[in-house]
Amino acid sequence: MRRNQVKDLLREQQVFNFRAWLAAALMGAALLLVGSRLFWLQVVEYDEYLALSQGNRVKVDPLSPDRGLLLDREGRVLAENVPALQLTLTREQVTDLDETLAELARLGLLNRTRIDDARREIRTKRAFQAVGLGRLGEQEAAVFAVNRHRLPGVALATRPVRRYPYGSVAAHALGYVGAISEDDEARLEPERRYHPSLDQIGKAGLEKSYERVLHGIGGFRERLVNAEGRSVTGELADSGMRRELPVAGDDLVLSLDIELQRAAETAMTGRRGAVIAMDPWNGDVLVLASLPTYDPNLFSQGISTSDYSRLTQDPDQPLFNRALRGTYPPGSTIKPLMALVGLENGVVTPEDSRFCRGFFTLPNSSHRYRDWKREGHGTVDMREAVMTSCDVYFYSLASTLGIERIHDSMSRYGFGKPTGLDIDGESAGIMPSPAWKKGAFRSRENQVWFPGETVIVGIGQGYWTATPMQLAHATALLATRGKHFKPRLVRGQRDPASGRVSERAPVPLEPVRLQDEGSWQVIVDAMVAVTSGPRGTAARAASGAGYSIAGKTGTAQVFSIGQNERYDEQAIDERLRDHALFVAFAPAEDPKLVVSVLVENGGSGSAVAAPVARAVFDAYLKRTGP
Amino acid sequence: MRLSGISLPRSGQGGPTGGRWLRLFHLDGYLLAAIGATSVFGLLVLYSASGGEVGFWLRQLARLGMGLAVLLVIAQVPARFLRMASPYVYAAGLLMLVAVEVIGDVSKGAQRWLDLGVVRFQPSELMKLALPMMCAFYLHNRPLPLSMKDAAVTTLIIVCPAVLIFLQPDLGTALLVAGAGFVVILLAGLPWKVIWGLAAGAVPIGYVAWQYLLHDYQRGRILTLLDPQRDPLGSGYHIIQSQIAIGSGGVFGKGWMNGSQAQLEFLPERTTDFIFAVIGEEFGLIGQAFLLGLYAMLIGRALFLASQCADTYGRLLAGSIAVTLFVYVFVNTGMVTGLLPVVGVPLPLISYGGTSMVTLMAGFGILLSMRFQRKLIRA
Repeated sequence: MRRNQVKDLLREQQVFNFRAWLAAALMGAALLLVGSRLFWLQVVEYDEYLALSQGNRVKVDPLSPDRGLLLDREGRVLAENVPALQLTLTREQVTDLDETLAELARLGLLNRTRIDDARREIRTKRAFQAVGLGRLGEQEAAVFAVNRHRLPGVALATRPVRRYPYGSVAAHALGYVGAISEDDEARLEPERRYHPSLDQIGKAGLEKSYERVLHGIGGFRERLVNAEGRSVTGELADSGMRRELPVAGDDLVLSLDIELQRAAETAMTGRRGAVIAMDPWNGDVLVLASLPTYDPNLFSQGISTSDYSRLTQDPDQPLFNRALRGTYPPGSTIKPLMALVGLENGVVTPEDSRFCRGFFTLPNSSHRYRDWKREGHGTVDMREAVMTSCDVYFYSLASTLGIERIHDSMSRYGFGKPTGLDIDGESAGIMPSPAWKKGAFRSRENQVWFPGETVIVGIGQGYWTATPMQLAHATALLATRGKHFKPRLVRGQRDPASGRVSERAPVPLEPVRLQDEGSWQVIVDAMVAVTSGPRGTAARAASGAGYSIAGKTGTAQVFSIGQNERYDEQAIDERLRDHALFVAFAPAEDPKLVVSVLVENGGSGSAVAAPVARAVFDAYLKRTGP
Repeated sequence: MRLSGISLPRSGQGGPTGGRWLRLFHLDGYLLAAIGATSVFGLLVLYSASGGEVGFWLRQLARLGMGLAVLLVIAQVPARFLRMASPYVYAAGLLMLVAVEVIGDVSKGAQRWLDLGVVRFQPSELMKLALPMMCAFYLHNRPLPLSMKDAAVTTLIIVCPAVLIFLQPDLGTALLVAGAGFVVILLAGLPWKVIWGLAAGAVPIGYVAWQYLLHDYQRGRILTLLDPQRDPLGSGYHIIQSQIAIGSGGVFGKGWMNGSQAQLEFLPERTTDFIFAVIGEEFGLIGQAFLLGLYAMLIGRALFLASQCADTYGRLLAGSIAVTLFVYVFVNTGMVTGLLPVVGVPLPLISYGGTSMVTLMAGFGILLSMRFQRKLIRA
């Protein structure tokens, strides 16, 4: 029936037209929806998408500056940059990260303990940026080459690495560099543009203290890349790509004399301790040795955990810079300086003599401050007191001076504060005084300064501690007869581009003046007598030198001996033996070099420390001529 | 819109003046102008999108020429002949879809191609026209309002090829083909009650489809649309790169041949499905608005011509072709701008590719043939 129904053509046309209009309206609305979406993307969010498209196509290559070299005073290279092989990983090209890292560890190319660090580093990297996994030696590189087909996304890159040609020699002065750690990030100067994944940073010694000079300024290069990360050339590539070349760091010309340093370290073979050699006339430090030492190359190549724990767990503490951080009672080495304090303050003349009967007592006290010589030295003047190291003379002198005057003068000579050497981490030591004691002790009864404490300061004992650096620095005052310079390790900077060296002027300190300039000679003569006189404590070490050495031995107690006990070197443990010290300058009449030597638990200054100083003088003066 | 099909003995009002020659060859000046302008713009963009590859460009030019030829030829075919051929074309298309299922070529993991020895052929493309033809054929002499039986038969006509295409699997084309048929029913006068009922039923059907019918990659595409950052280097990559291209173009664009997203190959499928993003990057909002304006003209004109058709068959088929053109434009631009899921639909007249170009031009040809048929039925 429906089949036969007459088609209503007009109605069909009307229905069609109405629905066509409706469709047109809906379609128009839909196109407007697309249009508004376009407006959203291209107008509202324009900046964001523009930045994204920039980030897409522009790859920033970091350009590391050449790190400045370290040169010794003769121009010998102490630290340089050599290319080294580094293992790198690009996350996006690795199929299974966990498996790859595990495989690298299995092959011995990645330390197992570093896996977590590596994973963290990989996470924080931008896409397609290679992450350094550590350096490879030649043998490891060969292992990698054999296995590289199984390790997609892992590659070898050549990056400059710091090398110290003299190895462990002067390690504590030079320091070392390493990869930038989280702790280092705080001291990265933004304007020097570090590339944390690429650059190395000074971690100790000169490398750390002169980081800003050595590092230079990082550069970068923008590169147009396509979706596959490959460089693109052509019209589009050349427009607007920025490029800033790195500026190499300045070379440092050091005051160190690496051969002299080597001689000093050789003389110290098998010992713990420190040797400082200085030019007293400008503060140049020619030798800064701390023994035992370590190889800084280990650090710049990415030190392994086992190597590092071996260094940190060694009871001899090779990483500890004894020359600058070790503080020891200076002992008798400060007796010539104590005489100087007496002269400077006018409480004594060289001719004044005291009677030594083997001990000293304070008025109204029965406590005996013993002389090292039980029977006493008899009547001694200043010269004899220094030469024979008479304790009683200096007990008495200190007692006369009083602790305040001693403290004031000795502080000016450099005790109780860092000498100002141009590398970080110097210890201040302690130059005791009543004021210091108030701050140092908590309980009131301990804060009181006793007269007896002044007495033992006279022979460099008690609370007094000093670094080997301070001893050399103060002794330089005697060598120059009052002139004083701030010690320094860097003499100048060399611009690697022009090769021009800008010298740094020595920094003079407040000089010491005596009413009678002739008094200097009394002290120097006494110190010469130490090494040459018949009763001199270091005569043996100085014999046959061919030049005159002015020196003073010292012995620093490691543990106290009871009032009436005797010190028996053989009977006590090696590590409880006295520290041996020796300070000297030579030639005595025209000093060229000041040396201070400390041998931990060495026992006797004259027998152990003085020969080391002699070796340094010989190496220096026989070469340059006295 | 005028009801000229009934009241006027002669049709063809609204064509450009002096269009005697045009009318002689069953052509419409406005439609051709819109097709020409869009195609020229498309060639310009394609040259840039292909990185200035001339061979590529010439191939597309050749296809355009071939498409125009197809348009010209089909426009001359009498509408009556097309109408009578509808069931056979539909049956042939259905058979070929079955054949694809059995012996088809696998390309990109989907069986879509049929190798006929001389040409590789996508039966689903044929179905884009054959299905609305069949729907219009079935409905053209049925009375209004549509009976439930007629609606059911038409639905069957639609579902059979759609399911076969869906099995290839090609969800996008299946939906487009089904949509083209559905448009015919809508224009023919599907009662509003039914329309609202279908709309209400779409939610549970959608749920079932999501849970049981869709492939993982299809689900993934839809999920990616909801959150492009979900898998930036996987399926989300297309959408992210496309939006970056469009957004970074701004209002005026980076200039022809200067879009970094396109030229440096960050934008995938930049000559085919994602070419709209190249337009956005290089010509900006202005270029894209211009193109959308051209499409609006084209679709509007096509719809107008449909309303001018002499008989119901022609009107329904031409209307379906006009609306389908809009669907392609909307699905493609919606996909590229991140409004719709990633469905492999080319941008009409612009995207590189032969099959879709020929289908499209054939559609325009049919539309013109319908419009300019001699009036045979008297009211």
